[in-house]
This record gives sequence, structure tokens and C-alpha cells, in this order.
Amino acid sequence: MAEHQQKPILEVKDLKKYFPITRGLLRRVIGYTKAVDGITFSVPEGKTMGLVGESGCGKSTTGHCIMRGIQPTSGQVIFHHRTLGPVDVAQADKETLRQVRLNMQMVFQDPNSSLNPRMTLFQIVSEPLVVNRIASGEELEDRVAELLRLVGLLPEHMHRFPHAFSGGQRQRIAIARALALKPQFIIADEPVSALDVSIQAQTLNLFQDLQEQFNLSYLFISHDLSVVEHISDVVAVMYVGKLVEMAETEELYHNPHHPYTEALLSSVPSPDPDIPKSRIILRGEVPSPSNPPGGCYFHPRCRYAKRICAEQEPSLREIEPSHFVACHLADRLSLRGVMTART
Amino acid sequence: MRSDILLEVQDLKTYFFTERGIVRAVDGVSFEIRRGQTLGVVGESGCGKSITGLSILRLLQKPGKIVGGKILYHLRREGRDGSHVEEDIDITRLDPDSAEMRSIRGGQIAMVFQEPMTSLDPVYTVGDQIVEAIIYHQKVTKAEARRRAIEMLARVNMPEPEQVVDHYPHQLSGGMRQRAMIAMALSCHPSLLIADEPTTALDVTTEAQILELLRELQRDMGMAIMYITHNLGVIAEMVEEAVVMYLGRIVEHAPVRELFHDPKHPYTQALLRSIPKLGRKSQARLQAIEGMVPSPFAIPPGCAFHPRCASFISGVCNTAEPPMVEVNEGHFASCFLYGSDTG
Repeated sequence: MAEHQQKPILEVKDLKKYFPITRGLLRRVIGYTKAVDGITFSVPEGKTMGLVGESGCGKSTTGHCIMRGIQPTSGQVIFHHRTLGPVDVAQADKETLRQVRLNMQMVFQDPNSSLNPRMTLFQIVSEPLVVNRIASGEELEDRVAELLRLVGLLPEHMHRFPHAFSGGQRQRIAIARALALKPQFIIADEPVSALDVSIQAQTLNLFQDLQEQFNLSYLFISHDLSVVEHISDVVAVMYVGKLVEMAETEELYHNPHHPYTEALLSSVPSPDPDIPKSRIILRGEVPSPSNPPGGCYFHPRCRYAKRICAEQEPSLREIEPSHFVACHLADRLSLRGVMTART
Repeated sequence: MRSDILLEVQDLKTYFFTERGIVRAVDGVSFEIRRGQTLGVVGESGCGKSITGLSILRLLQKPGKIVGGKILYHLRREGRDGSHVEEDIDITRLDPDSAEMRSIRGGQIAMVFQEPMTSLDPVYTVGDQIVEAIIYHQKVTKAEARRRAIEMLARVNMPEPEQVVDHYPHQLSGGMRQRAMIAMALSCHPSLLIADEPTTALDVTTEAQILELLRELQRDMGMAIMYITHNLGVIAEMVEEAVVMYLGRIVEHAPVRELFHDPKHPYTQALLRSIPKLGRKSQARLQAIEGMVPSPFAIPPGCAFHPRCASFISGVCNTAEPPMVEVNEGHFASCFLYGSDTG
């Protein structure tokens, strides 16, 4: 229960990423797209943190900022490195960053674009080991074979090219590559969204098995609420660059305190024809992060909105132990969680 | 109740003649759709569900070809004296480019796709495209067609339809494009709408809006919908009756409540078990279906699902194709577990 007291592997503090909007020949900056706008969370060691939200909410940008694939505008990303101890990735120098990235890997949604079609399986999976001068020769080959076996691929196939494999197998290749350096932490950005349902289940199981085996910590980014519920210990919900709610999975799904979470949960089509359908249909569209509304960003679409919601921006506060929510009315509302059929 | 039937697909076979061999994308599929009914077609990628839809509209591209079976469309229209004239048309016998086929396509049967940009032309305004469809199928003036286009856009809850009618597709968001495409498809009041994964590319809250819209439009306009999707949740919410496809064949056909509560075919059972269900978090692993969908060039003999099936009977399942058996009233499954001894 006391997840928040656990040792974290990653602490993100007030992370911001603003992309400038430029115009004209001189590329004058006329505004900013606030893709990630001051988010704070931590990932407990050996656990999975789910990050959900709709497209454009900044969840992938958050992932890239943590890896420092893009330079955050401000904020801290403290990574508890195996040997170096706590490191602020956002400020780390080149050598530290290299050390960090040995222990922090990323898996992407589309294995077709994250795998080089001209490289064999062996080349793809061995590359991190070669580049970091960790193994060579026969040892290298053994390591690759072991990694392939680990993710359920046949080592005999290591000299084939990615096109010879199905989508699910290609995602396994990407996972094998991410595991090559024995990382502590993996950022998985929509890793099962492109896969068929039956393959999705296999891949989710693989993620869980690997976590158990290597005490891996995951940041699992997805728009699929059922998948996130299944795999995550803690879940954070993002809306237009901000965290609106964060809690342990079951708490969040059954006892949401933010109207956006409530609407999201009610929107998921449920594979059970008997579950009563009482969807909350949100009006309008997600606002643009370059021109968000004043006050709470969700207020124009919120059915509970009061005057204060248009005037003041709510901050993320702890409403119950380890349950955080950014809503002025959170204490007064009684919201509905996931509907399940009585069994 | 023959007069109720709108479309009958009988033993449809659509093959692709490629350099590597023949792909039997649709291999003996039969079903019927009654007027005003919603039929779901569910399956994983490559099962032939989209090809079935495209075959009905004769939109197949080379090297795809309908090689067998019938698609009977029961056309009902008002004669000159106001009486109903009924006519059976076998769509497979029509030339895809003939005037008759073109009047059916769009006028009688319309289709919406996953990606709106496959049916919206980026160089014409939304209004121009809807007007073109209306003028092609109905004898109206341009001004009247434009008025109807705006009316249709309003009907699909497009914000500011008078302005949007002159917008280009790129000026619209994903959800708005989907609305524009639905407006275009329904502008000529078709009797059947084939919806091929219309919400798969959308966020959950937008998906909820579009599903609600389709339900509403069906209630008001009374058209039948053939709903093609891989999402079992959408099937459970949207349709009355569903067929499950695997490798070009229908493996199960049942009223939707029976399909979810008492699935008969091992593939359907496994598929339902493999998806994470919202609100039922457990530490358990998902029950994945073993292996993967075989290559379309090497479909296993006998029942195509036998290499992955938990109830595989050696010497039976791998030798002969299972017949379609009526296991309950209106509930069909194609599996040797349900022997012909009952019938």
C-alpha cells in the first residue's frame, strides 16, 4: 500500500518542455507550445508507472525528456543510477549521460521504424554491446543468443533481417535490444498499440516476466486504459501537458477524483454487452497546448465546472494518501469509477 | 422474412494473385444483413474482414479478385407510380466501373474508413467533396446540394458547419475529419453503411463521440451498418450480431450477448480471454493465444486455427475443414467440438 514510501528509481520534478512557435524570415518567436508544463512524479523501483492521456497531451514528450532525447526547458529528472547514485539527467554532462543511458532504455510503438531494415537481428541486438565495448567475438554472439531466447525468439534466426518477422516478433527484437545493456529502467512508449490482440497479450506477459526476472522499472506510456490498468502499479493521467491525477492503479480506476479521469474511464468500450452504458460524452475537442484556456485547462469540457475553474489554475494536491489530483472541486465531487458487471 | 434482408453474401471468395502465390484473403464467407441491422465483423489483422467490405463495394485493387460466390443486394426503390419496386442485384457480376455499380456505391452502400484521408481529397474543400457525391447520385442543383451538405455536416455535429464546408481537410482535427467523412458517406442516405475501423485511430473520448453519433444516425436514418473492427469492446457496444473471422473464414456467428457470454469456438474463447478487461485488475498474467497468425501463403490444412488451438484433436482438426454447425438457435460455430450428431 505504501508505494510512495518506496525507494524511487526516477524522480521527475516540475518538468517543462516548451517548443517555440516561430514566424517569418527571422523566425521571430511569437509563442510557445507548452507540450509538458510542470509535471512531477516518481517511479518506484521495480514497479511500473503508467502514463495515460490522449494524443497531444505530452506523454511521449515526457518520455523523451527523461531520456534527454530532447532537452527539457526546465525541471529536474533525477535518476537513481546503479553506480553513480542520484543524477540529474536534465543537467548531466556527456559522460554522465552516456552512463545514464546504459541503464535507461526506450521501446517504441512502431518496430518497423525503430529497427533498421538493413541490419540483421544480430547487428541490431549486438549494436549497444559493440558501441559500449562490452562484448566481442564469441562472447558477443552468446550474449545475443541469450537475449533472443529471453524474449522468445530463436537464436538460429539471428542472421535474418527484420522483414522476415511479424509485428509482434519485431517488437520482441526491439525489447531484446533494449535489454542488451541490462538496464534498470525502461521507458515503453505505446509498445503494444500496433499489435494484434492475441500478440498484445504475449508482449504484455513478456514485459511482466522480464520485470520479475531483472527487477526492472517501467514507465509505460499508453493511451489504452485497459492495458495500462493491467500492467501498472501506479497510474498518472495527463491532459494538455499537465498531470491531472495520479494514484495507485486500483484506486485511480475505481475511485477517480478528477472529472477528466472519470470521463476517460467511461469512454472505453467495454467487451461485455451487459455492462450498463452510461458514457460521459465530452463536448468539443482537446485544446491546443499553444493556446490553452485560462484556469483549469479542462474547464470548457467539464460538466462540473464552476466559476473558480475558469479563473484559477488548480494545483496537484494529495487528496488521500498517495492519491494526487488537480481539481478545485475534488473534495465536493463524488465521481464514478470503472463500471463492472456484478459477477 | 426474405423481404427484410438487405444484403446476402454467399460463399464469397476473394483471392489475391501475387508473385509469391495465391492469398486466399476471403475464402468462403457467408452472412446476411437485414435492413436496419448492425452486424459486427471482428478479427485480427489479415483475417479478411476489410477485404470482405471492399469486395461488397467492388473496390478491390489488383491483384485482388472475387473468384467465387455471390453478393446479393436487395434493392428497394420507389417506382414511377409510387409503388415499391424490388430488385435483386448480384454485385459480383457487375463491372466495378459500370454506371450501375457506381450508383450502388455511395447511393445504396457507403463506406467509411479508419483513416479519413483515404476518402477525403486534400486539394478540395470538404463541401466540394460532399456536393460532388450528392450531385452524382441525386438530381439537384449545386446550390441545393451545398445546402444539403451543410445540413449533413450539422447532422454529424460538426461545429460551425457553415464555415467548415469551405475548409480543406487539413484544417480539421482527426475527429472532425471522421465526422466529415461520415457526413459524406451518409449524404445520399445509403441503406447500408460499411464502417471499417472508423474509430481505431481516434482517442477514447473522441471515439466515444463518434460511436454515439453513429448510433444516433442509425436510429434516425434507419440504415444497416456493417461494423468491421478488431476491438471487441466496440463490438460489444455497437452491434446486435457478430461474425468472428480467422484467416479468411468465419469461425463463429452469433447474437452479440451469446458471443461474449457463451463463446463456442476456441478462437473466440481465447481471444476474449487474452484482452485485459477494464476494472478487473489482477496480478495474473494474461492468457495469451500461443504462436501467431500463420502466413497467408501457408495456411494450415484442415481447421486453420488448429496449430494454436487448446482443444486440438489430432487426426481430425488437421485433416478436414470443420463444417459450420448451429450450436444454439442463431448461433453458429465452425469447429469439430460441435459434431454433426446434434443435427
